[in-house]
Amino acid sequence: MSVVDEARRPPEPADTGRPARARPARGSPAARRRRARRLTYAAAVVLSAWVLIPIYLITVTAFTPRRVSYQFPKPLVPTELSGETVSFFARSAGVLPALGRSVMVAVVTLGLSTLLGAPAGYALARYRFRGKEAYRLLILSTRAFPVVILSIPLAVNFITWGIYDTVISVALMHTALALPFTVLITSSIFVSVPRDLEEAAQTLGCTPARAFVRVVLPLALPGLAAASIFTFVLSWNEVFAAVILTLRNRTLPALVLSGLSRSPLPFRFAAAFFLLAPSLIVIFVIRRYLLGLWGRVSR
Amino acid sequence: MAGAAVTSGRGRRQGWAPYLLLVPSLVFLAVFFATPMFQAFGLAFQAPGGGYGLGAVQRMIGDVRFGRALTTTLLLVVAIIPIQFALAMGMALVVNARLKGTDLWLYVFALPLGISELAAGIVWFSIFTEQGWLNSFLQQVGLVERPFVFLSYERPVLLLLAIVLAEAWRATAVIMIILIAGLQGIPRDFTEAADVFGADAWRRLRYVTLPLLKPSIRVALILRTILAFQTFATVLALAGSATNVLAGEAYRWYQSLRDPRVAAAYASLILLLSVASTVFFLALIRTNEERLT
Repeated sequence: MSVVDEARRPPEPADTGRPARARPARGSPAARRRRARRLTYAAAVVLSAWVLIPIYLITVTAFTPRRVSYQFPKPLVPTELSGETVSFFARSAGVLPALGRSVMVAVVTLGLSTLLGAPAGYALARYRFRGKEAYRLLILSTRAFPVVILSIPLAVNFITWGIYDTVISVALMHTALALPFTVLITSSIFVSVPRDLEEAAQTLGCTPARAFVRVVLPLALPGLAAASIFTFVLSWNEVFAAVILTLRNRTLPALVLSGLSRSPLPFRFAAAFFLLAPSLIVIFVIRRYLLGLWGRVSR
Repeated sequence: MAGAAVTSGRGRRQGWAPYLLLVPSLVFLAVFFATPMFQAFGLAFQAPGGGYGLGAVQRMIGDVRFGRALTTTLLLVVAIIPIQFALAMGMALVVNARLKGTDLWLYVFALPLGISELAAGIVWFSIFTEQGWLNSFLQQVGLVERPFVFLSYERPVLLLLAIVLAEAWRATAVIMIILIAGLQGIPRDFTEAADVFGADAWRRLRYVTLPLLKPSIRVALILRTILAFQTFATVLALAGSATNVLAGEAYRWYQSLRDPRVAAAYASLILLLSVASTVFFLALIRTNEERLT
């Protein structure tokens, strides 16, 4: 039950209510602080185990031979490693084309949401204008709505427009999902680029457009890249809209989901590993921007 | 708000330029966000022959699976939110305690941020399935003699618990990040002052940190609740057809039963529940700035 128990651990490693132990310096602030620190380390380890153990288990499942998926009881430490399960998944019918479509949808989503959202983010960061707060409120309020649910009426529209079951239709839906975040994130990124630099460039003879390209963009680029990667993952992971808006041209998650009840265990486990592996790398790449990306948006 | 605070003093006034920059996003949201939202209601109240009627809504409510989908969804929301908040708060406090390797702890805790509902569902399926990891473990340590069936429609509580765990595992990171951002906005002097006056860790948390964290908590609550109402792939991957939720029913009516009107009725219901919960949290957690300063 180890994994289950960890979920119910009390979150705060507070040191109250413990039976008093007979130690001379117990009450002193220094001792108290040291004990709190040890407890915090313990909490950190337990919480990390809660996150990492399931990832470890699925990775082990994906890299052991197929027959181990049916074996019981499974060895908790793998006895033999092989790429057989993963390659079985990759060679299954439809997986590679679906993978390609997933990447295409994510790229189009990324392009569209940046193209539409970044200008708005820049306007929010740099201009004062009537209706600015109203616009900001509008963007914030989109979060009160379950966006992916809108794919059902959109599916009806896409059929009318003749773009149902295409990469574009899924990408349009994902852009609707990502756009509010793109606007808020890019706005906070542009705010963090000092205005003085942009103004100095203009004083020295740059046009506003040139000042933007030569001064603002290079400084905003790391943040923008992190935001883009996040949008990419958002689209890569989205499954409800993808499965509603496609029929034959499934994205990878839509393909896996729609065939879930029929697919053999090794297929499912390898699929889960395939779907989550990119995020392990992505979160590592953008780890320094995580707080900025999500934290700032929440204010 | 941060943007407004920074620029309000010195922003330039340049006629139509900012509006021109906003127009693309506004047009897009009008077509792909606002319009389908109204269309969802339109579709739900559309009569088969044209015109309007309650047919689809009646079919939704009259369906044998409707009651169970609604209660499961509501139970999920009620169970997920407190567990996730406790976990996220623990993680946020650990990160904020500035232990050695803060970056590493933050990375590990944030890992599930990029993991999809579907992947998380299958991961926990591999744990809870009859010949899965949990049973392997239980048998190896001798707690059970033969595999115990966790995921069965005969055990709705265990089924729900498995879904709650999978969701808590996957989506705690988002709340944690919002809470950490909030914690970092709280001046250290406040908690240090409380410490000097003899407040223990629990009291510092209860009377200093939590009240100051209210705005972040509210945002996180709203975000998470709306996502919980849309729970879909986790349920499908873990439980198959052993249980069902509102979004799953919307998918079933659209895909298998080919009735977009009933699917739209489900979508509208999820919409209404989400907006109602947002209003509820906005009213419940008031952030009176005066008390904080």
